[in-house]
Amino acid sequence: MTKRRTAFYWMTLPALVLFFAFHTYPALQGIFYAFTNWDGFSKSYDFIGLKNFINVFKDSNVLDSYIFTFKYAITATILINVLSLLIALGLNAKIKAKNFFRAFYFLPNVLGVLIIGYIFNYLFSNAFPILGEKLGSDFLSINLLGKPDWAWVGVVIVGVWQAIAYNTILYLAGLQTIPADLYEASSLDGASKWKEFWKITFPMLASFFTINMVLAMKGGLMVFDQIVALTGGGPGTATRSIALLIYQGGFTGGEFAYQSANAVIYFIVIVAISLFQIKVLQRRELDQL
Amino acid sequence: MTKKTNWLATILIALGSLFILFPLYMTVSIALKNPEEMAASIFSLPTGLHFSNFKRAIEATNFFQALGNSFVITAVSVVFILLTNSLVSYAIARNMNRKFFKGLYLYFISAMFIPFQIIMLPVVKVTTDLGMNNIPGLILLYIVYGLPFNVFVYVGYIRSIPIELEEAATVDGTSTWGTFWRIIFPLLAPISATVVILSCLSTWNDFLLPLILLADPTQYTLPLVQYVFQGQFSTDYNLAFASYLLALLPMVIVYLFLQKWIISGITQGAVKA
Repeated sequence: MTKRRTAFYWMTLPALVLFFAFHTYPALQGIFYAFTNWDGFSKSYDFIGLKNFINVFKDSNVLDSYIFTFKYAITATILINVLSLLIALGLNAKIKAKNFFRAFYFLPNVLGVLIIGYIFNYLFSNAFPILGEKLGSDFLSINLLGKPDWAWVGVVIVGVWQAIAYNTILYLAGLQTIPADLYEASSLDGASKWKEFWKITFPMLASFFTINMVLAMKGGLMVFDQIVALTGGGPGTATRSIALLIYQGGFTGGEFAYQSANAVIYFIVIVAISLFQIKVLQRRELDQL
Repeated sequence: MTKKTNWLATILIALGSLFILFPLYMTVSIALKNPEEMAASIFSLPTGLHFSNFKRAIEATNFFQALGNSFVITAVSVVFILLTNSLVSYAIARNMNRKFFKGLYLYFISAMFIPFQIIMLPVVKVTTDLGMNNIPGLILLYIVYGLPFNVFVYVGYIRSIPIELEEAATVDGTSTWGTFWRIIFPLLAPISATVVILSCLSTWNDFLLPLILLADPTQYTLPLVQYVFQGQFSTDYNLAFASYLLALLPMVIVYLFLQKWIISGITQGAVKA
């Protein structure tokens, strides 16, 4: 029996060591450097206590990146969930060419975010304005990405376009777990479709709704690839997300320690939001059972 | 259950799919056009097939080298993720009553909350110091970073497999390792499919980790190459789009052949997890 026991330890030990070395240790290092003034390449550095953290809170660049990131994450999360739930309902209905459409709606998920970003970058700057002129739409005629007030909408459109695929598949999986007799009982009672959705479908999807909200929100808060491809954070700094700011400042701006402090705060924010979301959404799940 | 076709839903779904189709249509058609056709109309179908764009893109970005890099990185990472992450999960799942393994489980799971940005700056320093800012280093990181999510998924699945099977094997004198490889690992096939698909997609399409880690341009991956050559593409959209299309195509082809399997793998993962 002891041999069995040792075997189990050997199965996990290498993973534990490697995970600590390449995940936990760098994370601890990041926290450590946050209390120093290291620029990322000098030989020496000094401890400066909480100075970085205090400066992060006073930094309008940081504040702007938080405002943009939250605006993006919340808008994208809501749109992704509403649209993918609607699409999943459509794909779950008795429609023609069901398998084809299911496969097609999932296609964006296998495409690289960065490359999709480049393609949309061209569409926003060259294709949509021509379409807008033809259709006489002022909104389409401008290059969204070139306007500081509107660029974030362009980033949302691309993020939503791509993320819908995965969330739709999850909702579709959820819809298929709902037993058909629940609906049969309600159709006998003469319930309307609208009522049926809110009384049966939506409550039965509660756990899938939780997963999708948490995933979409987390994805939104970490947004990076689309922004590199679409705007590079611009115009000016209008679409600079927190992830992009940490990347730019940390690697090329000589702000290793300062951006580490920013990352620590960002980490706390993400944990707090994830826990909050899970708590609230799970309570809602229980209420509806 | 012989209900009639829901035509309203069919029409709405068909209209919605146009939004997905439009950017893809534009990508393919621009990749096949020449500048004169672009000047006439950027929306129209190409009049001839200008494969020369692809030839130029392959030369400009050294496409086959990047394709090879992406392929090696993805294939090796996914094989090792499959073999190691399942093994670790097995040891954890069968010893959840022991403090060490329970603690290990919570340790891995809680790492899911840690945003990559807090690790991003120091990990480049660590890997550079160890001489690992190259393809092998990148592969190792993918395998290690896969652990939190995959342990979560695998442990849940393994705990639903009755332990009696293994007890019988132990009585027969099969070692713990043998029990895993011969009895448990084959039983994990459905959930392994999910893990393979998700890791394959995320590794192939990843941009950030290769961006910060890879020092040698000959090791660049397909997404990274698109980023690096943005400046050179400049306003030569036909060249740029041919390059984008080439970069997207391998996964699209895989998806065309395996779409049923991919969708059911992801669906299964969602229901089980």
